[in-house]
Amino acid sequence: MDMLLLLFTFVLAIFLGFELISKVPATLHTPLMSGSNAISGITIVGALLAAGATDGWLRVVLGTAAVAFATINVIGGYLVTDRMLAMFKSKEGGRS
Amino acid sequence: MSTAVQLSYIAASVLFIFGLKMLSSPATARRGNMISAIGMLLAVVATLVSREIISYQYIILGILIGGSIGAIAAIRVPMTSMPEFVALFNGFGGIASLLVGWAEYQKGLSAGEEIPFATALPIFLAVLIGGVTFTGSVLAYAKLAERISGKPVLFKGQQIVNGVIIVLILVLGAMFVIRPETNYGSFLVIVALAGVLGVLSTIPIGGADMPVVISLLNSYSGLAACAAGFVILNTVLIVSGSLVGASGIILTSIMCKAMNRSLANVLFSGLGTGGAKISAGVQGEAKPITADDAYYVLEAASDVVFVPGYGMAVAQAQHVVRELGEILQNNGAEVRYAIHPVAGRMPGHMNVLLAEANVPYEQLVEMDDINPIIESVDVAIVIGANDVVNPAARDDESSAIYGMPIINVDHAKTVFVLKRSLASGFAGVDNPLFFKDNTRMLFGDAKTSVQALVGEFKE
Repeated sequence: MDMLLLLFTFVLAIFLGFELISKVPATLHTPLMSGSNAISGITIVGALLAAGATDGWLRVVLGTAAVAFATINVIGGYLVTDRMLAMFKSKEGGRS
Repeated sequence: MSTAVQLSYIAASVLFIFGLKMLSSPATARRGNMISAIGMLLAVVATLVSREIISYQYIILGILIGGSIGAIAAIRVPMTSMPEFVALFNGFGGIASLLVGWAEYQKGLSAGEEIPFATALPIFLAVLIGGVTFTGSVLAYAKLAERISGKPVLFKGQQIVNGVIIVLILVLGAMFVIRPETNYGSFLVIVALAGVLGVLSTIPIGGADMPVVISLLNSYSGLAACAAGFVILNTVLIVSGSLVGASGIILTSIMCKAMNRSLANVLFSGLGTGGAKISAGVQGEAKPITADDAYYVLEAASDVVFVPGYGMAVAQAQHVVRELGEILQNNGAEVRYAIHPVAGRMPGHMNVLLAEANVPYEQLVEMDDINPIIESVDVAIVIGANDVVNPAARDDESSAIYGMPIINVDHAKTVFVLKRSLASGFAGVDNPLFFKDNTRMLFGDAKTSVQALVGEFKE
């Protein structure tokens, strides 16, 4: 049953994703990619659970590497997206 | 997992959704990104305080290493290198999910219990998708950063080799999923084969098709995270992974449509390897123009549209283009920048470069908005773009790019094409635009040519 609920969540989230993303204008497609890239770093949650465990050194090693890679994604992704979006300015000279 | 942690995950998902929603306008996008980042922070903190985490030293190590690499890279990367940057980061997401899947497999093994099918299957998927994403992204990065040739690499029997690898992965995958406890060997071979598949599926794709590949790999990195979510039964991974997966799929389909090609065609055909086709009707003489004469035309123009392409990025001409745009505007002309969806090496590439050069986003217009009014445009200035303004795509059924939607610059009153030579574009197709009556060629490096025009105005 648990699995079915997760599948249900998955399907709904895919539909929600389609709705949300189709509203993003073409001009923001690059920040969209880097920003969604940062979101895919959410796998860090799984990585933390593995790296913080004490059952078996290999799991911890794999987990630590996963934490490092996912953190690159999260930190780098959000920072670079912010850098890009800060450059999008309106005619009035206001910062976005 | 405690209720508080679960609730935090729900809150994090909501923040991600709001963040993406705010990306629907440049005015709110930056705050949206911030909200999304807060969601991520919330998810991480909630995980860190959950009782499942016993030791923190390796977590801190991983975060320090990853955080410093990520921060330095994000601050240093120049905007022109954004395509390869994003490509590489897709790969990091992929390998992180692969490692999470592997670590969970390891957990099941050391617990000595039976690993249920419902866990083994997502482990297999996380490792497979994550592996393909990682090596595919690294290769895409190498091509975009010109560490290796950006040309498509095709060899005989490529499809057969790919087919064999996929069948092998499926067979080993089935063995692994049925009896994960006794199939460590198959698991390791799956990891290796996934890596090989990522490389083989990216090498046949050429430079200008990269927007499609990056979008697709973006989608994969999300789906890998999603699979990892099914392994550890975690909703926030599933929700955010699906959002990213959907985003990548939408971008992929936009890119394919903008080239009038199917995804299969982009992935397998290796466009640009064939010899240049000589199609009938592409004859005549290209009429060159000097900066001096171009100045007189521009001086009198009241409606000017710039059409940038990858060549503008290569020549680093975006700043001087904006300068010319401002001069024209002060001269009383309406100035717009028309951007084809596949201009550049990734979706939105040109927009970011022009935004960096301080072009207000109101002046960036899409192909579908400029085409209906292109006839009233006095001068269309094509800078480093070729295939996306090639009228053969519209008129010549024998052309390799026939059917691809283009910006109809040839319908403008005058067209200036800034170009080094008359060489054909990426697709290896001749461009009849260069020989049209209303086209003038301004030969030379794009940046130097625009600078010369700016100089004329300043005199």
